[in-house]
Parts: sequence; C-alpha cells; structure tokens
Amino acid sequence: MAAAKAFDEIWGHGGADAPRAEFAALAEWIASTPPEELTRRQESAEATFRQLGITFAVYGESEAAERIIPFDIVPRVFLPGEWKRLSEGLVQRVEAINAFLEDIYYGNQRIVKEGVIPPELIYQNEQFRPEVNGIRPPHGIWAHICGIDLVRTGPDDFFVLEDNARTPSGVSYMLENREAMIRLCPELFKEFRVAAVDSYSDLLLETMRSVTPGPGKSRPVCVVLTPGHFNSAYYEHSFLADSMGIELVEAADLVVDDDIVWMQTIAGRVQVDVIYRRIDDDFLDPLTFRPDSLLGVPGLVAAYRAGNVAIINAPGNGIADDKAIYSYMPEIVHFYSGGEAKLPNVETYRCREPDALKYTLENLDKLVVKLVDGSGGYGMLVGPTASKDMIEKFRAALKAEPHRYIAQPTLALSTVPTMSEKGVAPRHVDFRPFVLTGSNGVQVVPGGLTRVALREGSLVVNSSQGGGTKDSFVLMEDVPAQSQSQNGGAMQQTQTAAGS
Amino acid sequence: MLSRTAAALYWLGRYVERADFLARLIEATVRLDALSARPAGEAAWRSALSVSYTEDAFEETGKDLTQANVVRYLTLAEDNPGSIVRCLDAARINAKAVRTALTRESWTAINRAWLLFRNRSNPGGPAAVLTMVESVKAETRGFEGAVHRMMHNEATWLIQLGAAIERADNTARLLDVKYHILLPEGELVGGTMDRDQWTTILQTVSAVTAYRWLYSEGLSSANVIDLLVSRFELPRSLAACVDEVVQLLSHLARRTGLQGEADRMARARLMRMQKTRSNDIIMSGLHEYLEAFIKENALLDGAIARQFRFI
Repeated sequence: MAAAKAFDEIWGHGGADAPRAEFAALAEWIASTPPEELTRRQESAEATFRQLGITFAVYGESEAAERIIPFDIVPRVFLPGEWKRLSEGLVQRVEAINAFLEDIYYGNQRIVKEGVIPPELIYQNEQFRPEVNGIRPPHGIWAHICGIDLVRTGPDDFFVLEDNARTPSGVSYMLENREAMIRLCPELFKEFRVAAVDSYSDLLLETMRSVTPGPGKSRPVCVVLTPGHFNSAYYEHSFLADSMGIELVEAADLVVDDDIVWMQTIAGRVQVDVIYRRIDDDFLDPLTFRPDSLLGVPGLVAAYRAGNVAIINAPGNGIADDKAIYSYMPEIVHFYSGGEAKLPNVETYRCREPDALKYTLENLDKLVVKLVDGSGGYGMLVGPTASKDMIEKFRAALKAEPHRYIAQPTLALSTVPTMSEKGVAPRHVDFRPFVLTGSNGVQVVPGGLTRVALREGSLVVNSSQGGGTKDSFVLMEDVPAQSQSQNGGAMQQTQTAAGS
Repeated sequence: MLSRTAAALYWLGRYVERADFLARLIEATVRLDALSARPAGEAAWRSALSVSYTEDAFEETGKDLTQANVVRYLTLAEDNPGSIVRCLDAARINAKAVRTALTRESWTAINRAWLLFRNRSNPGGPAAVLTMVESVKAETRGFEGAVHRMMHNEATWLIQLGAAIERADNTARLLDVKYHILLPEGELVGGTMDRDQWTTILQTVSAVTAYRWLYSEGLSSANVIDLLVSRFELPRSLAACVDEVVQLLSHLARRTGLQGEADRMARARLMRMQKTRSNDIIMSGLHEYLEAFIKENALLDGAIARQFRFI
C-alpha cells in the first residue's frame, strides 16, 4: 500500500526511530503535548471557525448546508531551502502561464505555429474563449492570482499536480489557520521562525491596483465580485474584501453604461476600475457568455474589451489550467523561458495519444484517471482502490472518448503527522501555494494551504470529499542576531529599518 | 457604500430589534400568565399574538391557543416568518450579505445568536422558555454592544436607524393592543387584572424600575401611557425613538450628504411629539393616535428606502 513507503515530512523515510534533523523540535512537541491537549486545542479552533462562520457550502446537502473544513493542529513545515527552490519554480511556471495566455489570445500563437502544442487542443478546447480573443488585458497580465497544487514524494521531490489560473480558493484558510495556530500553539512560534502570511491581503490589493487600466489613478476603485452568500466560497470572498477594505459586490450592484462599469452606492454611481471576480467565465456576462445567467453583469466584457476595467483573473484563463494543456506544461515553460521547468509535472498519459491510451487501458488498476475538465475529486478513477465494476466503467468511457481523459501513476504522496482517533498518525497531504502577478512583478506568499486526507491511507484531500486543512509554516533563513527581534514579520522588506 | 449594503444593514437592525422585542413579549406574557394573582390564560397569549401581527396566521395553523403552542409559534416555528428563529435567520442573512461592513465582533454576535436556535424544535416548559428568551436578550444585547463599538459611520447608523424604526413600531403596537384588547369584559379598570397587565407592558419594555423613579403615585394607566409615549429619557418610548431617528438621519446626512423627504418627515414628527401631552392623547383617543403613529412610521420607512436608494 502507498502509505507504507511514503515519505513523512517530519520522520523522513526512516520510520519511527528518529525525525529528520531539522524537525527534532517539532517531533518533541508532538510527543510531549498530551493528545487530549492537542484535541482540546483543535476543538477550540474548530469552535472558533464555526462561530466566525468560516464555512463552505456543500451543494446538494440541505441538512448541513454550511460546514466547516476540519482543521488539524499539527502544522506542516517547509525549510528555508525547500521554500526557495519551490518559489523559484512557481515564479517560472506562472510567468510561463502568463506568456502562454498572451501568445494564444493576443500574440501570434507561436506555440501552435512552432508545433509545440497541437492546434486542436487549444481551438477545440471548451476552455478556449473566442469571445475574448484579441483582447489584451490592462498591463498584459492574465493570471493575476494562481494557486498551484503540488504534491511531494521525497525530500527534494515536488511535483505540480494541477494549475489553478481561474479563481483559486483557499487563501482564507491559509490566513485563518495561522490565526488559530498563533492563538492555540504560541510555543511553536517561539521554537520556529515562521514567515508571516498576513501580508497577503496587502499584496493582493497592491497587485489589483497595479493593473488599473489607463493612466495612473491615485485611488483606483477595486472590488471583489461574488455570486452571493449562497456560494460555497462566500466566506472567502467577504474575508478578502474585508481584509483589503474594498467593497464586496454582487452583479446587481454593478451596471455597465457606455462601456464603463459603475457600482450603485447610496451616493449614486461610482466608476469601478479593477474587479477581482469570483464568478466563472460562463456566468460573468450574459451578453457574452451564458445568456441565462443572472449572476453576471451585462456588458462587462465590452467594458473590458474597451480597456476600461481590469478583470482578475482574465476571462479565458481556463485554457491555461486545463488538464489536457497541463501535460504540456514542461514544454510550455521551456518554450517561453528557454530553460527547463524547475517544478516537474506528475508523469501524465494523454489518452488522446494512441500509445498512452494503450498503456492506460492495460494498467487501469495502477493509475489515476481523470476527466480533463473535472474538478473537486469528481469524475475520477483511483485504480488501486477502485472496484472491478468501476474500472470496467472507466475502460468503456476511455474507449468511447479517449480525448477526455488523462492518466497518472498513483504517487506515494508524502505524509505529515496528523491528529486521528488513535492519536497522532501519518496522513497524506498536498499543498496549494498562491502566486500573485501584477505590473509590479510576481510574488509568492510564504505559506499556502495544506490539505490533508483524514482517513488512513486515503489520497483524497478535497474538502468536498472529507479532507481537512493544516497550517503551513515556511521557516525563515537564519539572519544576523540584531534583526531577529523582528519576530515573524520578515516577509516584507523591513531591512531598511536595520540601520536605525 | 453600496445601496444593497445600506438596505441590508438597515434590515439587520430591524430584525435583531424584532427578535429582542419578541423575546421580551414572551417573557412578560409567561410572567403574566404564571405569576399574576390568577392565571391570565388565553387572553394573554392572544394578545401576544396580536402584538406581533401573527394572530391570523396562528389561527390558520388550527392549533389551540395554549401557552405551549403560542410560545413555540413565536419562538421556534419555521413556518412563522415572525418567529424569533426566523427573525434571527433573516438578520443573519442580511449580516452575511454585508459582512464587510461589520466588525468581526458584530458578525460573530449575530452568528452566535443564530447558532443558539438552529436545530431546536421544542421550547420546553415555562422555566426553559424563560431561560431561552433570556439568552435571546443576552445575544441581542451583545450585538447592540458590538455595534456601538463599531466605527461611528454610515454602517453603524443604518443598523441603529433600522432598530429605532422597529422599536417605535413595537412600542406603539404593544400599547395599542394591550390597552384596547386585553382587559376582558367585567374586569375593573384599576383592578388586579388591569394592574397585572400594565406591569406586563412595563416589563416588556424593561421599564418597571424607570416607572417607579418617575411616578410616585403608584401604577396608573395614564402614567404608563405617559412614560411610553412622551418621556424622552426612556429608550423604548415613542418620543425617544422619534428623537433617535432624527439624530441618526442627521448623522447620515452630514456624512453622506444625503437628506430629503425622510429627514423632513422625521423632524416634523419630532416637533409634534415635543408638543404632545399624553393626557391630550388619552382624551382624544389613544387607539387613533397609535394607529396614526404606526402608519406614519411605515411611511417614514419607505422614505428612508428611497433616500438611500435601497435595492
């Protein structure tokens, strides 16, 4: 079974004799804090989340319409060197995603013309949006906020599992989990020098302001656009607007007139410059996309085309994080950066290719098979744990429509010690860091969302499938003694203060 | 501020105030029923329904007019849009829609109140009911406290404006119903029953002590009416609510530049109120006075919605 030989982020490959050298203190903390105490703190955190309404809605469940995502109190820790390598890879990947989108929608489609990607994979892709073809977003930034899902199999082995360049969520959990940890386990922050994550909101606002269209406004109007409070990620939408101090708007609050976007306030109309939209392309503008959508703003895309508003992330980005395109990411990164991808993909078989299909069909019991346009753990076959019936169902589906599927080997995902009914035990995790791109550059926030499969041996971490979350500590490099007093705040460039 | 936000804040204020008032009304009626010299019974519960505008709707449920049935209907009934649980639900939906305009404390307070009632179906016996309404009062007080500690800006004032408009309506309604409906035929004005009922009214607006401070001559209906209509120092009196509305509207006007019909109506109402003597009201008909007040309050509510472009 995968779990038996998995790499544990604290204990390494070595079993239970000794932790990895850098994690002796964490192992000691786990061992010396009574399990009841850990459970008590965990319950206290979850009670707080419940009280604050940090919830997500599970569609189709009326009983527990709002649930909290289980929180695990044992943090996952990245060493400074690990983080440095990861960030470099993330920046390179996101830059390539932006270059790719520019090339496809606005440039000369070089990547297609030079034969790197087959044209039908783009132009016949449901995620390709001819409606926004030829529009260059303000400052040429497309993927302002990316969440890159990573998995790990060994000390230096990180793989990208999925790119999210549309509306990646989870950042509120990154921030709330940290709040909970500081309150409940302050001793850990004495032990570790953890990089702060709470400047995320400031960085996001800077990013938004940096892509204001037209000549620089001193106070551009930025808003977060939500489908409404029944949306599963509504908490996150309000959290983000709140922490940036900007309006959280619904479609009914906006009106487009003469290609300008206005919001309706008690004092009349106010022009909107930048919209962080948390509505999918399909529902964004009924005049351009789905005409039956009530969530959207009629005329929004026209205003965008006229260059009067920035939309974050740009409409049409789905083509970059599509699972079929994903398998070409190493080539895409190479094509635009000239170098090798620093973060490799998980090996992927494109079932549209006959050899890959043949291999997949012969090894269904060993592979994970995914719909290229599926998400949230739906439409997926996990070969090693699937029933015979399920495998045969997928075999038939694959034969019928091979182009709709990709297959990947089941990886021995790393584990992190996690609270379970029988005390602290290893559970599989993945990781979603957040990368911000504005006209002011690309920034990786030192932290992210660690999702954990709470069931023993399970590899499924999706919150809709019973996964939980953990805080993710990024440790800071050791710095000279005199600036160590800036405990925890070192992510921003505070070094200028060192002379005073 | 978004127009939608303004509307949601105002209604948040109204719904929380309504939940609080219902809790007080139930508490006072339980006391009236249980503690008075003889049980007040059906009449007391009928008047509680009447005060909360739910008499007809309750009748349609076909249930007997018993304490247990009415209490359940007014507290936990999902099918009664005027029940406490539905008021808190509506308050929370509004709060959720405007989370960004609230502080964490204000939001948590309303969310906690809502969590308290969720999934409860049985209010229990009188003692349990009193405990439950006590906690509603505590939660709404907590919300009010949190709102008072928010920045003094449009968001706070709109919540308070909603609360003040609602409170004016509640007090007027309470007086009207209790004064005209409650006393059964054959009971003496000034008799035991009458006294109990006036005490109930005072309890509902937490003014028993205030009454003793202000009036030395013992309980009389004229004094209770005076207190609840024209005494500015009692926060739940009509006069105090009318005054508060004027003040909140002028705060809003200074901050947003928006003033108009609502301000004019509110100021005219205040000027009339300052000249009104409760004896004159009683002489010329309390019921007519209160009916007109409730109607005017509703018109003012409409003017506020137009002035702040509620959507």
